[in-house]
Amino acid sequence: MTDLLRIDDEFTHEQQLIRDTVRAFVDDQVAPHISEWFESGVFPSRELAPALGELGLLGMHLEGYGCAGLDATSYGIACRELEAGDSGLRSFVSVQGSLAMFPIWKYGSEEQKTTWLPRLASGEAIGCFGLTEPDQGSDPGAMRTYAKQEASGDWVLNGAKMWITNGSVADVAVVWAGTEGGIRGFVVPTDTPGFSAVEMHRKLSLRASVTSSLYLDDVRLPADAVLPHVSGLKGPLSCLTEARFGILWGVTGAARSCLSAAIDYAKTRVQFDRPIGAFQLTQEKLAWMAVATEQAGLTALHLGRLKDTGRLTPQQVSFGKLANVRAALDIARQARTILGANGITLEYPVIRHMNNLESVLTYEGTQEIHLLTLGRALTGLDAFR
Amino acid sequence: MEHARPARAPLGDGARRGERQARVNTGGRRLTMKSGINIVVCVKQVPDTATVRKLRAEDSTIDREDPNSSGVLNELDEYAIEEGLRLKEAHGGEVTILTMGPAKAAETIRKALAMGTDKAVHLMDPALHGSDAVQTSYAMAQTLKKIGFDLVILGSESTDARTGLLAAMLAERLGVPQLSLANKVVVDGSAISIHRVTDYGYDRVESSLPAVVSVVEKTNEPRYPRLKEIMAAKKKPVTTFGIADVEIDPGRIGLAGAYTEVAEFAVAPPRAAGVVVKDEGDGGVKVADFLTSKKFI
Repeated sequence: MTDLLRIDDEFTHEQQLIRDTVRAFVDDQVAPHISEWFESGVFPSRELAPALGELGLLGMHLEGYGCAGLDATSYGIACRELEAGDSGLRSFVSVQGSLAMFPIWKYGSEEQKTTWLPRLASGEAIGCFGLTEPDQGSDPGAMRTYAKQEASGDWVLNGAKMWITNGSVADVAVVWAGTEGGIRGFVVPTDTPGFSAVEMHRKLSLRASVTSSLYLDDVRLPADAVLPHVSGLKGPLSCLTEARFGILWGVTGAARSCLSAAIDYAKTRVQFDRPIGAFQLTQEKLAWMAVATEQAGLTALHLGRLKDTGRLTPQQVSFGKLANVRAALDIARQARTILGANGITLEYPVIRHMNNLESVLTYEGTQEIHLLTLGRALTGLDAFR
Repeated sequence: MEHARPARAPLGDGARRGERQARVNTGGRRLTMKSGINIVVCVKQVPDTATVRKLRAEDSTIDREDPNSSGVLNELDEYAIEEGLRLKEAHGGEVTILTMGPAKAAETIRKALAMGTDKAVHLMDPALHGSDAVQTSYAMAQTLKKIGFDLVILGSESTDARTGLLAAMLAERLGVPQLSLANKVVVDGSAISIHRVTDYGYDRVESSLPAVVSVVEKTNEPRYPRLKEIMAAKKKPVTTFGIADVEIDPGRIGLAGAYTEVAEFAVAPPRAAGVVVKDEGDGGVKVADFLTSKKFI
C-alpha cells in the first residue's frame, strides 16, 4: 500500500485497465529478467519491440497509422508502469513513440508517415532520435551536423551524434541538422551508405538500454527525406517536451518500486529482535518517501489533465521533469539506506533504479536547464541565452 | 501423451492409463453454424484474492458493490475468454460475454471486452442478490436460452465461492452436453472434443455442438488486453437484462429461497507451520511420501 492518497481512484476505468495491463506485462515479461539484463548490459530490443507493439505501447498517444490513440494521462500511466520495471524499458518506449514517431507523425509528409509509422507502431521497426552531439548537449542550437542540399535536390549530411538511445538497433533515425535555412529534421534509414552507429559501453546507469553514437559521413538522402513541416529548434524541442511528459510520469513508477521494496524489507528485516520498520527512524524515512511519491504522482496527474485539455506549457513540463526526477532520485537513495548492504545488490530493484535515475536526471534537459527555464518564467529574465 | 484412439473404449475404464473415450448423447440436436461459432463466455466479478475478503454481516453474502474493494475478473474466466477468442479466430463467429452481478460488474465486462470479445450481456436485478449456485444456474440458463449459443465456455470455478458447479448445472438446464475441466478444446465442424484433465493424464471427451465447456488454467495463456481494444471496449454493445427480460421466475432466485445458506463465517486462521522432514537417512523417502500424499507425484 503506497498510494496513500488513492490517486489512482481518479483514473477512468479505461485508465485503470491500461495500468493493470501494462503492470501485468512488466511483471510477467520484464521483471523476471531485468536484473540480469542490467548486469550484463543488454536490452533485448528485437524481442521486446514486437511484444510492446502488440500491446499498443509504441506511439500509444498518437492517432492513426496503427497507433493506439490514447489520451495523455493514459500515456503517462503506461510510462509509470513501464518505469516501475526499469527506466531503460520506459526510455525505449519514450524514444520510439515520442522522439522517433512523434516528429514523423507531426511534421512528416504523408509518404513518410505511411512508410514508417505502422512499422514503428507494431515494433517491426525501431527508431531513434539524433539531436545531442559530442560537444553539444544543453545547447543543441550550436550543433555541427550539417545538411547541404545539392542542385539535384539531394541532401548530403555530415556530422556525429552521441548518447542516442536505440541508435545501433534502429532501422530509422530522425536526425536534426543545420542547413542554410536553419535546423531541419531528416528521416534517415539506417542502412543508408555513410550512416553508422556504434554502441557505447562502460555505462553504470541505464545498463538495460542501448546507447549509441551515430556517424554521418556524406550520407546522401533524396530531397523528400526532410521533414517538410517544421524548421528551427522548435522541432526537436517539441519532441523533447513530449518525451519529458513521459519521464515525469515514468519516474513516479521507479519511486514506487523503491518505496515498495523498502517497505517490504523494513517489515521483514529483524534487528534487535524487531522488524526495522518498527523503528521510528525507519518510519520517518518511509513516511517522507511516501509523501514525496504521492506529491510526484499528483504533479503528474495534474499535468496530464492540463495536457488532455490542451493547456500544458513547456515550462510546466520542465516543472514536472525537474521536481519528479529529483523526488524519485531522493526516494531511491533513501530506500537504499533502509535496505543496508542488500540495497546495493541487484537482488532488489533499488540500486538499479537509483543508478538509472542519475541518467534520467540529466537526459532530455538537465536539472540545471529546467531550473533556469523556471527562473526565466518567474523573472522574465533569461539566464542562459 | 495421446495414445492411439481405441475404437470403442468403455467409460470409466480405470485400467487404461492415458486416454479414455467418452461420448455424450447430444439428443440429435442440430447446429445452425452458418457463419462461424456463436460463443458465449460466462464470467464473474470476484473479490481480488490479494485483498482481505469480507462478507456482509446482515446476510453473510459477499459485498459485491463495495466501491473500496477491488472487484476483478475471475482468473479462470480469462482462460475461458482466451479459448473463446482462439476458437473465433480459427472458425469465425462471435464471442459474447455473459455476466450476472450488480452494476459494479460492468468493470469486469469492460475488461472482458478489452480482451477482444465482441459484445456483452449483463444480467442485473436486485432480486438476484444472494442467489446460490442452483438459482444462479437457473437465471443464467434462462438468459442463455434468450440470447442463443453454439458453445458456452466457463472457467471451471470462481475464486470466491469455489463450488465449481455452474457448468454442470447449466448443461443440465440447457439440455446440452457438458465437457468439463478442459485443458484443450478442438472444434471441427459441429463436433467438439476436449482433453479433460485427470489425476493420471487426460480423458478425451467428444460431443456435438451445442455444448457447455469448462476450462482449467492449463488450457492456454490469456492475452493482455491491447491498449486499442481497451479504448474500443467502451463502444462495444452491452445489453442489460432484468429478470423479466429473460423470463426468470422471481420465486426461483434470491437469498430467501436459496437452497444453501451460509451458517457462519470466520477469517481464515494464519497458515500453520509447514511440515519439517528430518533426514535420518530416509529423508528422500519421506519427501516422496509427502508429495505422493498431496498427489504431486
